[in-house]
Amino acid sequence: MDFTLKIWRQENAKAKGRFETYKISNISSDCSFLEMLDQLNETLVDKIEIPICFDHDCREGICGMCSLYINGRPHGPDDDITTCQLHMRKFKDGDTITIEPWRAKAFPVIKDLMVDRNALDKIIQAGGYVSISTGGVPDANSIPVSKKNSDLAMDAAQCIGCGACVATCKNASAMLFVAAKVSHLALLPQGKVEAKERVLRMVRKMDELGFGNCTNTGACEAECPKSITLTNIARLNREFIFAGILSEDKY
Amino acid sequence: MTTLNSKIPKGQLENKWTGYKASQNLVNPPNKRKIDVIIVGTGLAGSSAASSLGAMGFNVKIFCIQDSPRRAHSIAAQGGINAAKNYPNDGDSVYRLFYDTIKGGDYRAREANVYRLAEVSNNIIDQCVAQGVPFAREYGGLLDNRSFGGAQVSRTFYARGQTGQQLLLGAYSALSYEINNGNVQMFTRREMMDVVIVDGKARGIIVRNLITGDIERHSAHAVVLATGGYGNVYFLSTNAMNSNCSAAIQAWRKGAFIANPAYVQIHPTCIPVHGDYQSKLTLMSESLRNDGRIWVPKKKEDAEKIRNKQLKAKDLKEEDRDYFLERRYPAFGNLVPRDVASRAAKERCDAGFGVGNTGLAVFLDFASAINRLGKNVIEERYGNLFQMYEKIVDENPYQNPMMIYPAVHYTMGGIWVDYELMTTIPGLYAAGEANFSDHGANRLGASALMQGLADGYFVLPYTVQNYLSSDIKTGAISTTLPEFDAAEKAVKDRLQGLLSIKGKRSVDSFHKELGKTMWNHVGMGRTKESLEKALVVFKDIRERFHKELLIPGTTEGVNIELEKATRVEDYIDMAELITTDALTRNESCGGHFREESQTEEGEAKRDDANYMYVGAWEYKGTGEMTLHKEDLNYENIEVKSRNYK
Amino acid sequence: MANLLTSSIGKKITMSLAGLFLAVFLLVHLGINMLLIVSDTYTFNVAANFMASNKLIKVVEIVLFLGIFLHIIYGIWLQIQNWMSRPVGYAKSNNSQTSFFSKYMIHTAVVILIFLVIHLVDFFFKSKFMKDSMPPEVAPGIEDMATIVIAKFKQLPFVIIYLVCFLLLGFHLFHAFQSAFQTFGFSHKKYTPCIKTVGVIYALIIIFGYSLIALVIYLSPNY
Repeated sequence: MDFTLKIWRQENAKAKGRFETYKISNISSDCSFLEMLDQLNETLVDKIEIPICFDHDCREGICGMCSLYINGRPHGPDDDITTCQLHMRKFKDGDTITIEPWRAKAFPVIKDLMVDRNALDKIIQAGGYVSISTGGVPDANSIPVSKKNSDLAMDAAQCIGCGACVATCKNASAMLFVAAKVSHLALLPQGKVEAKERVLRMVRKMDELGFGNCTNTGACEAECPKSITLTNIARLNREFIFAGILSEDKY
Repeated sequence: MTTLNSKIPKGQLENKWTGYKASQNLVNPPNKRKIDVIIVGTGLAGSSAASSLGAMGFNVKIFCIQDSPRRAHSIAAQGGINAAKNYPNDGDSVYRLFYDTIKGGDYRAREANVYRLAEVSNNIIDQCVAQGVPFAREYGGLLDNRSFGGAQVSRTFYARGQTGQQLLLGAYSALSYEINNGNVQMFTRREMMDVVIVDGKARGIIVRNLITGDIERHSAHAVVLATGGYGNVYFLSTNAMNSNCSAAIQAWRKGAFIANPAYVQIHPTCIPVHGDYQSKLTLMSESLRNDGRIWVPKKKEDAEKIRNKQLKAKDLKEEDRDYFLERRYPAFGNLVPRDVASRAAKERCDAGFGVGNTGLAVFLDFASAINRLGKNVIEERYGNLFQMYEKIVDENPYQNPMMIYPAVHYTMGGIWVDYELMTTIPGLYAAGEANFSDHGANRLGASALMQGLADGYFVLPYTVQNYLSSDIKTGAISTTLPEFDAAEKAVKDRLQGLLSIKGKRSVDSFHKELGKTMWNHVGMGRTKESLEKALVVFKDIRERFHKELLIPGTTEGVNIELEKATRVEDYIDMAELITTDALTRNESCGGHFREESQTEEGEAKRDDANYMYVGAWEYKGTGEMTLHKEDLNYENIEVKSRNYK
Repeated sequence: MANLLTSSIGKKITMSLAGLFLAVFLLVHLGINMLLIVSDTYTFNVAANFMASNKLIKVVEIVLFLGIFLHIIYGIWLQIQNWMSRPVGYAKSNNSQTSFFSKYMIHTAVVILIFLVIHLVDFFFKSKFMKDSMPPEVAPGIEDMATIVIAKFKQLPFVIIYLVCFLLLGFHLFHAFQSAFQTFGFSHKKYTPCIKTVGVIYALIIIFGYSLIALVIYLSPNY
């Protein structure tokens, strides 16, 4: 297969970027999207040009490192996958493919297609945990957890922190990401103890970092590689309202 | 060989760890605040160690290559984590977990370490549940267990097919908590380039900031390497693209020993290679072998027709199929351990019975299970795996049998450590897959997660503290010491050296060449000839690497080719280590199969009289190394040969 | 409580509360307008007059204006924040599957706002502050609002603008109604689909109800 690639190139965070057009041919339809970029980079290196920089690691859809906004969709034109799981058979021979970095104030571009998603870690650091340290915990079976809640918690906990929800949201909102963590922990008795403080802290941090607001558009849900649903955002709102009314402390 | 003191505490096996903890030296809280610890790597071992040591009050600095600690490759583990909880009331105990692990490791692991691992396994589950890890549960609200290869009890805790992810996110959350508390400082997108040794002790590291390209110095009173295994030496493996063995090799060059590098686990159920452009292999969970039957055609001409797509697998008659695992191992059938299943598949493909367009694949067939249980049941059990397979291969595994082939997955060997997980360099520790300690020559399923977390949560916090108790008066280590100057200069020179080669070949092309040689000559079946030949090839690759390498760009800013270049340079050393160790160990055990050492039926044959030792290698200059042996003594377990017939 | 008002979620809740209150008002307004076509102009004038003069309604009116004000101010505030959260946009427009109307809330809102201003000038302020331009009272203390309304609906351009505005208001409501419940944290396997259906029915009632009045008056020779 042959493709024309329009790729965002930007030397560093401060430089002004631009689109560059590349042609690539003889790509197998079984090739993954990132392997296609590997091959393009190989040709660039052969020409002593700087290869295209993009984040990637596990290449099996679980680490959350790969990103890329491909033809108007984060992780490209397939559902429930990450970019590393996207295959070239999803495109037509001769297609022009536009590849952009994820755009959000909270995700500044580092180089080319690589962005800084440290903001997501900061949100977790604000409260996305159970405040315990190693040792001194009760036996694992001492607190039963209903299978239903445990399953719902797992649904939410599957978030890989890739940021596709932010990338696709017209408001660059991180609500689905925050909702996934808040839901995961609020649904379990172990996380319930400090649920109020957690939701207030995490939402405040999210606001501070310059993410947008949720307008219930649902693009996040559509693009989430792990199919995390809007129900979690409703749960986040609910947790927030109760915490906001009942909490005596200001966060 | 005097340097190899494993420091195993005296006393009964079951009292060793308790005894150690009772008599170790402690550091009081105000003094802890004066002591710095560096941890490299944020996988299960690194994150859990950082959060534990941070919570104790030490100043911890932790480093990772990726943009976030949550990306570490522990996240990709699917199956589960073992613990001797005996919740199902099926006769499990700490001793039994210990026994299974030693036996599964083909009697090449240290008794005391493995017993401690089994002992703390239960605490890990408690810890993780308290963190909010959503393990699978039964309707009554209690934890569910499943069984895994190499055990007769159900002791594996799991969170769907993403146990590694959930455990890592648990450790990551504990880490985040300590970062928020100010006890841990996180450094992302940093690659460790060297260990700094001051007065014989590990006192810091040199890292490259992968964004700015700056070379940074960080000092501490102790350094922990939790940097994973070296599977990517093979180029194609199930490891992540950024997983590498450079930290281990840096430590090796500075005097740490690398033990048992020949023990590489090759996982039987991976999606086969489909092209030259391929960058990595994808693992399909071992659990598939519970219901899938593995076969190849009985006749070579059928295999050829299938390869040429003239015949469809499902149309081949039952009597023309060779269910080779069931044939060779009637007792265990498709559920033989990983090393055995992998070798059997390779044997059939080498003999010309392989399928797929490359001929390097065997079928994993669910047709009979679907007939017996119905498609729904199979979908419920393996739905996500089938979907993953279909996404990659573009073929429906409900209709056509899956194709699988073994791939490099895990490395049992690693940096040599004593009972305290300290390397031969005082103050330098290795944890998780990076060390060699607990799995012997073969790791059982669901034991890697257990070991990573055991090291980080429950072993290092004690042993590191014991070591640091002598450092309470040392004061902060200065990064302006001449040792830091020298290390930084060496790193800069190395990078400049690589950049100034200005040849014509990309880093990846060398890596592929190296990997291919490793796979063909130091893969599943090794012979004296193949290994010797490989060593010659590696020498040649190293020479050409330093003549023909081409890296565009400079040391400033992001330079992905430069990052890969140092790693590949280190892979060449690692390849030589693996091969030399494999050549020296003229026996077959676990993941190491020497074709010279097999029974008449083609099974692995151990040589306990000559090789019941840990082979630890010391660096003696480029391409040079010497062996140190640590004898293995089995006092609590009877050494038998493994038999799965 | 400060969290509730100034945080991103808090602002959304305020928006939703005000919006739902306005939605109720739209229904009441529709009911009174309906009198024009189902009853006679006198009844309409009496009802309109009641709404304009009753003491309790006066209080509600203040709340109503506060609601409109909050909804608009918060809407603008949130929108500006949302624009700021992506300073550099994409070259390729978004292709993700989303609920269509939710993407155009600000656009429909602007049209509704313009309509609202015209509407208030034409009817509300006229009857309150521009008594001179009003037709004579039909009874002591009862203004002849019906005549003003009918006069307006006899002008084709006005009717067309009116219909378009209500169509867009309907679009706004299609998303708004169920979205408000989501913002309040209400999500339930059984009841959420009901809310979504009610939202659609409600939006349709508003579109067709208001449009019907305009069309009947314009087309019928009886007015």
